[in-house]
Amino acid sequence: MITLEFLYRLMGILTGAAAVINFRDRTHPNRIGNSLFWGLWTVSFLVGTWLSDLANGVLILAMVAVATLRGVKAGTGDSTTLAERLASARRWGNRLFLPALAVPALTLLANATIGKITIGGLPLVEPKQVTLVSLGVATLVSLAIGMVMLRPPLRAPLGEARRLLDSVGWAAMLPQLLAALGAVFAAAGVGKVVSTLAASWIPGGAPLLSVSAYTIGMALLTMLMGNAFAAFPVMTLGIAIPLLINGLHGDPTIISAIGMLSGFCGTLMTPMAANFNIVPVALLELPDRYAVIRVQVPTALMLLAVNTVLMYTLAFPR
Amino acid sequence: MLVLSGLLVVVVGFALRLNPLLVVTCAGLVTGLAGGLGFVTTLSTLGHAFTESRYVPIVWLVLPVIGLLERAGLRERARDVVMRMQAATTGRVLLAYLALRQATAALGLVSLGGHPQMVRPLIAPMAEGAAERDVPNLDDATRHQIRAHAAAVDNIGVFFGEDIFIAIGSILLIKGVLEQAGIRVLPTELAVWAIPTAIAAFVLHGARLLLLDRRLRRGTA
Repeated sequence: MITLEFLYRLMGILTGAAAVINFRDRTHPNRIGNSLFWGLWTVSFLVGTWLSDLANGVLILAMVAVATLRGVKAGTGDSTTLAERLASARRWGNRLFLPALAVPALTLLANATIGKITIGGLPLVEPKQVTLVSLGVATLVSLAIGMVMLRPPLRAPLGEARRLLDSVGWAAMLPQLLAALGAVFAAAGVGKVVSTLAASWIPGGAPLLSVSAYTIGMALLTMLMGNAFAAFPVMTLGIAIPLLINGLHGDPTIISAIGMLSGFCGTLMTPMAANFNIVPVALLELPDRYAVIRVQVPTALMLLAVNTVLMYTLAFPR
Repeated sequence: MLVLSGLLVVVVGFALRLNPLLVVTCAGLVTGLAGGLGFVTTLSTLGHAFTESRYVPIVWLVLPVIGLLERAGLRERARDVVMRMQAATTGRVLLAYLALRQATAALGLVSLGGHPQMVRPLIAPMAEGAAERDVPNLDDATRHQIRAHAAAVDNIGVFFGEDIFIAIGSILLIKGVLEQAGIRVLPTELAVWAIPTAIAAFVLHGARLLLLDRRLRRGTA
């Protein structure tokens, strides 16, 4: 049965290749730092399952130390010149879009089919992991299409992946670390404390005040935790259910649906939501770490106001 | 109360622009220690959760194929296609992608997008290409502003589209949390009440994209 372990091995090949290629690249400006960082992550992907929790924790400390002290930096540049790429773009034309668009198309196709395949009565793919395995399979098939079509040197795919990973740098690992932080927050009971605080601070009664406390509270707590999913149970149990649903007899469906969307407004405004706001800054090579957040803040604030007004006008009996 | 000190570390660390990996790790250690877990248990909790979260960076598996295509001129082609379409301005290209991203997410097709797969190789070069056709000497600041907008459209489109689909994670979470409190809600109704905000998101952000076009024309972006 194909499980997530299959994808971890693929990731290990990817980061392992980045470590080895960087180590052998004498022209790389941050040769040792980059190979150490990708190398340590490779250990986590390849054997993390069998290491003790403490050893995995030490692995994190080592990666963070490398990233902080030596950095993870972009290499010496592109593997082809602009003239070569323009010539290739003219030669291939719109066919170049094919392998790129094959990734999402094949992900959807795999998602709809591979969950149903059984071998000897056992499912081929672990049922809960069909979506992620589909993405992995789609990238492999799309890569095969690209290789057959373009016939590049065999070292090109991993070499190019190394170039892109280097340019993304430590941000590539940040979303995973944030997910781990969320688990520590949960283990230490951060949510419960915030929920009790919120319930004791906010006076019941005034509808607009209570609604604003919930929508704005959802956005603020999401900004702190980096994830509307972590904020939703806290604010809903702390504010929405006691004050808005039980106290003011509001419609639970409307309140909770719009409450979650208020959290999404917070997601747009926080570096803690790294995969949405910090990773693209690295991917698009922007000098300002908060460039994407800056663009999103006006829309997020306007939508937060809209959500507050919508909840206030729609959710309560008149 | 003391367990909230981890949140304080997050706020101060990001405000001082320290390395986020360092900030997040310190926040985790401080939270665990303040919660009375002890150093070894805290580090083990962090290590366990990190290892269990190895599925999060799976999206990077797309890098070999994207890199391969970039090497063969994918971004140059994307730019070229848009430059030859007179009607395709930066704002309109991004508005079209916003509509596409929201509509497909509403149908549950969340994987039809994303920054590594779509924005870096296709959407950002298209948005830049459209601006370059109208403003020949695009300065770096404007170029960066356009790229940031391309990334933002992907986020706003998926956030305010996906909740219209009944089987998405957030809808199931809402249902689960309320059920624990003894309140029953239907996924189909939750999805319906995501529609007003979705429309507002499209109208408000769409208007901002068209304003971006106007600023680009005046050279004040």
